[in-house]
Amino acid sequence: MRRTRDPAELARIARLIRSHIVRMVGIDQKGHLGGSCSAADIVTALYFYKMRFDPARPDWPDRDRFLLSKGHSALAQYACLAEWGFFPKRELLRVKQLGAMLQGHPEVDRTPGIEANTGSLGQGISMACGMAAGLRLDGRTSRVYCILGDGETCEGQVWEASHAASFYKLDNLCVFLDNNGLMTNGKLTDRYNTGPYPEKWRAFGWHVLEIDGHDLPAILDALDTAETAKGRPTMVVAHTVKGKGVAFAEGRPEFHNGIMNRAHYEDALRGLGVDPAEPFNEQPEFSALAIARRGSDSAPERSRLEAARPDLRAPAGGAA
Amino acid sequence: MSATQTVTAMQTASAAETAIRTQPAIRMQNPREVYGRTLVELGHSDPRIVVLEGDLGKSTMTCYFEQEFPDRFFEMGIGEANMTSFAAGLSLTGKVPFTNSFAVFAAGRAYDQIRMGVCIPKLNVKIVGSSAGFSDFGDGSSHQTIDDVAIMRVLPNMTVLVPADANEVRKMAYAAVQHVGPVYIRITRNDMPDVTSEDEPFVIGRPVLIRDGSDVVIFAMGQMVSESVWAAEALELEGISARVVNVSSLKPVDEAALHEYARGMRGIVTAEEHSLIGGLASLISWVFRGRPTPLDSVGVEDRWGQSAHSYAELQQEYGLTASHVAAKVRAVLER
Repeated sequence: MRRTRDPAELARIARLIRSHIVRMVGIDQKGHLGGSCSAADIVTALYFYKMRFDPARPDWPDRDRFLLSKGHSALAQYACLAEWGFFPKRELLRVKQLGAMLQGHPEVDRTPGIEANTGSLGQGISMACGMAAGLRLDGRTSRVYCILGDGETCEGQVWEASHAASFYKLDNLCVFLDNNGLMTNGKLTDRYNTGPYPEKWRAFGWHVLEIDGHDLPAILDALDTAETAKGRPTMVVAHTVKGKGVAFAEGRPEFHNGIMNRAHYEDALRGLGVDPAEPFNEQPEFSALAIARRGSDSAPERSRLEAARPDLRAPAGGAA
Repeated sequence: MSATQTVTAMQTASAAETAIRTQPAIRMQNPREVYGRTLVELGHSDPRIVVLEGDLGKSTMTCYFEQEFPDRFFEMGIGEANMTSFAAGLSLTGKVPFTNSFAVFAAGRAYDQIRMGVCIPKLNVKIVGSSAGFSDFGDGSSHQTIDDVAIMRVLPNMTVLVPADANEVRKMAYAAVQHVGPVYIRITRNDMPDVTSEDEPFVIGRPVLIRDGSDVVIFAMGQMVSESVWAAEALELEGISARVVNVSSLKPVDEAALHEYARGMRGIVTAEEHSLIGGLASLISWVFRGRPTPLDSVGVEDRWGQSAHSYAELQQEYGLTASHVAAKVRAVLER
């Protein structure tokens, strides 16, 4: 499986992921642009650098798990899963449509690659703890990654989970706090301050790191460092900008779940290096199938993947 | 029947009831004790089973599992929300978690966690609400559960089981493990007389005939099954033949079987230690909607519990005795 530790390549992928987020929000529809973009660099680093998984076997027991406790950032995760070929990429453009595979918040039984149902805030981190405990019980080396929102820390359950993770010494758990500083109606520090975060998680017994959540080398280092912590879970307090990468939305609470008009939409795509007039490329760039095709020496691997996921098979005569 | 006659009849029923209650042949067992022992049996036969406890292990009796399988037992402290979502996470790694607390907290405190984390994705989490109904008589309304069946029944994908005795508790725990998906089991604190036998199979969804009769059918749940049997025995002395059916599977339920049990009956009475809203009365009223058979219910009117020095006082206060069931049967037959 293709992985990269090259920050420039990861930055390119993160721009691609953000352009998918913009497309999923679309024009004149509400969509969680702000929080999806603030988490996009972390999610990109997880899917394209750190995590072990197999898109052809979403239920592979030894995979690493990633779940968004802040389920409203689902668009960022959907974009990564689609590029890996967990499901056909055209599903991105059907997000939230009636009967669609991609729901407004993640649903484990509808979407390959999604690990749990989240959306009601505060619960995902507890589920991540349970997963980490279950994997350890089975002696698996899989790790569990989770992203928590800063506004989400208003939920008392976050702190219940933080006790549990520390008490049960869940060192296979790494949680990122997407500290974008904004809740739906303004700044957390003005409206309902729940910090200071590093001090609080240190007091709860966690291994705490603090980074700029858009600095890819820092994210990669944090992911590596987290693995060295023994006997305690890791909390990476990542300082982020809500709406990062979409100039008009950066730091603006109204784009938490706001509406873009056509001018916004086209501006946003152009800012991410995408020509809005160009048709959406439905071929996933990183799907195992695409990779197998590129490395045309592995015919049996290609057949295996095609058998596992006929929905991803290239059109006759087509090339990935 | 006049008011005076009713009182006299109730007194008669009480005397009969007392006689029956004191019959030495009826074995009493504690459902919590049996539940705790059953978890250990299940733990031996199925390594996927893990148990989570909200600091009440010596009351819910998960303490036996803790002793036997310390690595598969999770003390979650007094944090039912986290316990339930943590269990969801465990189930997503292939475990079969049982969450345990008093029913009021297991179901009520963790409602949203059960709803989003467990029931929407249909996860294999078993939620066991202990000390349900009025059985925690001293602790008052905060600890008494008149609403748990209602809030668990309304959740799509949830299976809701209310054992009528300790034998059923054991069988339900096994059935819950066999069933893939969320299950809620409601367990009382009290010792319960056996109304089912140990070897009779339990099938989720199937109502069970406890005592046959030909005039009226009493559909009962939980503790009220034995009360209904006593009511039926008292009524027999008056020439009224009452059939008692244990509806221990509230959801799903075999509606055709319920209709079969009510066929030819002159009346239907339901009996539950739960609010009349959302529990057995609601279920039976819905199943028999549009039918001409007179139907009435014994249960908790729309009000909260309170402290008392004994369970019996609360049974009396809230109208949940055999006498109340018998009176309701007579009233239905008068219609």
